[in-house]
Amino acid sequence: MSTPTFGSDELAQFRRTFFEECTELLADLEERLGALVAFSSDVESLNAIFRAVHSVKAGAGAFGYSVLVGFAHRFEALLDRLRDGKVELDERTLAALIAAADVFSALVDLARQSETPADDFGAEVAEELKALLDGAAAPQPTLREPAEFVEMPAAPVEKTYRIVFRPNAELFRHANEPLYLIRELKTLGTLTVDCDLARLPPFDAFNVDDAYLGWTMTLRADCAPTAIAEVFEFVDDECELTIEEIAPIASVADEAPLKAETEKPAVAVAPPAEKKAVERKASDNKTAGNAASISSIRVDLYRVDRLVNMVGELVIAQAMLAQQFTESHSTDDPTALQGFEHLAGLTRELQECVMAIRMQPVKSVFSRMPRLVRDVGHKTGKDVRLEMAGEQTEVDKTVIEELADPLTHMIRNAVDHGIEDAEVRLAAGKPAEGVIRLSAQHAGSNILIHVEDDGAGLDRDRLLAKATEKGIVSPNVKLSGEEIDELIFAPGFSTAAAVTDVSGRGVGMDVVRRNVQALGGRVQVTSTAGKGTRFTLVIPLTLAVLDGMVVAVGWEKYILPLTSIVESFRPGRGQIRVIPGGGEVVSIRGEFVRLIHLARVFGVSEAVADPCEGLVVLIELANGSKLGVVVDELIGQQQVVIKSLQDNYDPVPGISGATILGNGRVALIVDIEELTRLYDRNVRIADATMRPMAANA
Amino acid sequence: MAESQDLPSIGPNNGLDAAAALTRQFISFRVGDDEFAIDIMAVREIKGWTETTVLPNQQNYMLGVLNLRGTIVPIFDLRCRFGLGLTTTTRSHVVIIVAISGRLLGLLVDAVSDILTVNAADIRPVPDVDQPIDNAFLAGIIPVGDSMVVLLSLENLFANHGPANTAVAA
Repeated sequence: MSTPTFGSDELAQFRRTFFEECTELLADLEERLGALVAFSSDVESLNAIFRAVHSVKAGAGAFGYSVLVGFAHRFEALLDRLRDGKVELDERTLAALIAAADVFSALVDLARQSETPADDFGAEVAEELKALLDGAAAPQPTLREPAEFVEMPAAPVEKTYRIVFRPNAELFRHANEPLYLIRELKTLGTLTVDCDLARLPPFDAFNVDDAYLGWTMTLRADCAPTAIAEVFEFVDDECELTIEEIAPIASVADEAPLKAETEKPAVAVAPPAEKKAVERKASDNKTAGNAASISSIRVDLYRVDRLVNMVGELVIAQAMLAQQFTESHSTDDPTALQGFEHLAGLTRELQECVMAIRMQPVKSVFSRMPRLVRDVGHKTGKDVRLEMAGEQTEVDKTVIEELADPLTHMIRNAVDHGIEDAEVRLAAGKPAEGVIRLSAQHAGSNILIHVEDDGAGLDRDRLLAKATEKGIVSPNVKLSGEEIDELIFAPGFSTAAAVTDVSGRGVGMDVVRRNVQALGGRVQVTSTAGKGTRFTLVIPLTLAVLDGMVVAVGWEKYILPLTSIVESFRPGRGQIRVIPGGGEVVSIRGEFVRLIHLARVFGVSEAVADPCEGLVVLIELANGSKLGVVVDELIGQQQVVIKSLQDNYDPVPGISGATILGNGRVALIVDIEELTRLYDRNVRIADATMRPMAANA
Repeated sequence: MAESQDLPSIGPNNGLDAAAALTRQFISFRVGDDEFAIDIMAVREIKGWTETTVLPNQQNYMLGVLNLRGTIVPIFDLRCRFGLGLTTTTRSHVVIIVAISGRLLGLLVDAVSDILTVNAADIRPVPDVDQPIDNAFLAGIIPVGDSMVVLLSLENLFANHGPANTAVAA
């Protein structure tokens, strides 16, 4: 049995896998920590956190990230104490756990970047952990358990240990290599090794897969026996192992507890069953009442992306083929037509399947929020409870990643500005504890996310005053209540001054809106004075496909997002009214809606100029206001594969992306939110003086 | 261009080794009556002109985008970029797809002429003269027989080819 040699490539690969796992484990840890904050003393969560820390520690040990291992060890110890009920899960411990989780994940990051943490990195947190542990150990001085921590402030006294290591025959089959263990031991101190050949069978009975050798080693080192036991952590259920101190200086009294411990090296570390527990996550989740039990495989995201792209191409190719066929074979050929229909059905199904691969529950983002609420609540001295619903709602992975920032912003704002101070709440007849509700649900091809608080609502007077002062709104413009609420999304409104002066919201809400719009989504706010504020995010489930309406304008074809379209109609002469200043409105069911000619916005010639001869597509904007878009005609509804223009070109105002139509030509997807702004700039640039500074610009 | 055939052997070569190390290859093409060249390493493919989808509110030399096997590629009219007016496109016009700083883009030219192999030492700097084409686009002049080919700097040509109206501050 020769020593397996790992090339640097393989090692890098293992390292990558380790950090990938770390990311997952840390996410899990974070989520469980959130659960712990929400429903304290949840043993299942404690177990899960313990397993996550332990798994990271095990991997970190293998890669030699000693600082990480050291910290993990202490973290783990506290968790263990908590599980046993030896440490109370109170505010202080919870704070320590959260802080420890932060340090822990920072250490993982440092390790990932191959950086060595500063000596005192996380020292404060480590001290706190230790203090909590010591506090636990003091009243119950069980002999065995505190011994585990002897290694931390390890007294630099050199001791001599005798280690007898006899692996079971199966050792190699579990990808273990005693040589590594021996090398590891050597790093602890001075090691002498005697090989024990007693179990070596006669040659004809020799099985190359079995381990026959045993070793008796003498180690002189200043470490605790647990450190030695740790070396054998991964094989402790596959060998006979005894570690005993044979130092002549050690008194008999000292030896007793040490021996008691060393005979059972697994005391400090989790039993092997628990190491595997992470892989059995599915069944765990079931017991915790979470996700359905599904088995999963780990796939490189790049491969999934490639698959998604390929299927996107397939969908386009299929559409092109079908179109070419119908154009060239006007005669009915039922078999061929059926074939094409079947192909179209299969392609669409295939695409849905592929999209589903990338779908993930929003839980991974939601789970960060309980902590946030807690943190901000603490800082602002408010008592806030977070209620969550619909964490299992699935959405494309890329969307999830982009959701984290806007949600964090909104939740932080809700706690900071939305929820009032306890006295104010009590005076208003509300319970002192504020409630923030975060929920997600599917609505067609969108996901709806609500962030709702039961605070004071937006203070419209102050919002308006601030906006006027900042020149966002001209003083003589009359705005409706909803329009005033919309002001919080206005760029430039959310400056530092606004945050301190205005008791409403304002921290980066324009950034939130921009982020959400970048996802092709919308964000709306509704607020009731004294009752609270509710933000609604409508975001497409995926960034890869879009349900669109193909419209013709002159020679060009554009795609309007179907979700924003309310209806389309050809207005009668009497429905159109030109208002002074050059604007045009259409009246529909008693409502006056501003008209925008797509041809004028995009500078398309040879388009229908008269709305009464073309069509008006009524669309609803993110802020709830409506807009009539004048086009020549509707071509049809189609699911399109979104392509980025920005891979090879710069962003084009008014265009959110592109797609390829059945005829192979590129069609542009209209960014309807930008239309009014573009229209104002392109078409009405001359009479800018007439234009009120609209809040929805 | 027939006269460019004898180009590789131009000039007194002081030893083959130096020549081999310092030779560069260019694709030359015609815009109007003039010959231009770009580094062959930047060229991804050459295809016939097809109708583009026009992007709204762009510089006039930005002709729109093409579907290049699933990738959206912007196309630029070189003649117009030089300030010589829009090309009246026909089926015989050619688009050279090039990669510049990680992006793919297409250049509309009248016709592709040749592949030039040139000694780096033979590339002359552009004299500072008054001309319709901005000097910043020009990277050098390659003498070819009695005539010359102007070497273009793609980076400078499309360094800021953004929309005509810069986006409103967000």
